[in-house]
Amino acid sequence: MSTRKQAFLCGAKAVTPILLGVVPFAMIAGIAAIKVGFTKLEALGISYIVFAGAAQLAAIDLIGRHAPVIVVILTALIINLRFFMYSASLAPHFSGLPLGGRGLLAYLLTDQAYAISITAYGGGRREFRHWFYFGAALMLWGVWQTATTVGVLLGGHIPQAWSLDFAIPLTFLALLFPAIKDRPSLVAAASAGALALAAHRLPCNLGLLLAAFGGIVAGCVAEGRGNDAA
Amino acid sequence: MRLDPSTLWLTLLGIGLGTFLIRFSFIWVFGRGEVRPEVQRVLRFVPAAVLSALVLPSFVFPQQAPFSPENPRLWAGLVAGLVAWRTRSMLLTIAAGMVSLWMLSLL
Repeated sequence: MSTRKQAFLCGAKAVTPILLGVVPFAMIAGIAAIKVGFTKLEALGISYIVFAGAAQLAAIDLIGRHAPVIVVILTALIINLRFFMYSASLAPHFSGLPLGGRGLLAYLLTDQAYAISITAYGGGRREFRHWFYFGAALMLWGVWQTATTVGVLLGGHIPQAWSLDFAIPLTFLALLFPAIKDRPSLVAAASAGALALAAHRLPCNLGLLLAAFGGIVAGCVAEGRGNDAA
Repeated sequence: MRLDPSTLWLTLLGIGLGTFLIRFSFIWVFGRGEVRPEVQRVLRFVPAAVLSALVLPSFVFPQQAPFSPENPRLWAGLVAGLVAWRTRSMLLTIAAGMVSLWMLSLL
């Protein structure tokens, strides 16, 4: 029993250094939702129901720009496709747990919880790994929801002149650079950006989907070329 | 925002359910699951492509405005981009972008 608790606390402690990045991100997610006209309940709702910052901000941004519902949902889900990889990578560590437990661990899955756990899983006692993950993921969830709530409460009191909506693309910008890891991903980012600019007049923000798709294809092509050359 | 409340809630539930199913997928069907390497190769470009497609138009054509070199968001975005590139810090990137925008708006 105490070893479970130790693993849980270890996980919770392991995420503390990244909380500094999570708190402003969550606050902006709360503020942004209020700024585009969500009620407080709706702004908290998206945070609990979706619990994925980049997808939430993209959805909030698109709803604020009156994009059609289908574009909002598709864009958010495309951003979250990366969770397939995390899910596959973590699945062996969670096998044997009851379905409800696995469902809870899946709901709590984030970039940060995945990154912290999978690095820690290099060593450590096999049977308590899911407790380590649970500690890390739950800590992130609690801090995320608290900071979002603060943002939601602040949101209405922040003057329009502060242009805080600009914090949304800035947040994406901060996430973009770590995502560019090599030449092919740079090609993917550059092509998607260029396509998005060229297609920004397309109705219903379809340009975004087109640009994302084009960028992914360009990345794959660039990688194929690199492999041939090597 | 013109979405009526019930459409908005349905949208949120749609995103939430879809996201949960993606997260649960392999954990649910249990683990001998490896994503096939070809699929993994494609998925790894998703963040870079989507984020870049979201960011650039909001700097260059904010609120669907036509291109203008006097648009302060363009220059504030450029400053923030340099800071993001050099520091990889979310806090510093947001701070640099917001402060630049405020200063340029005062000019």
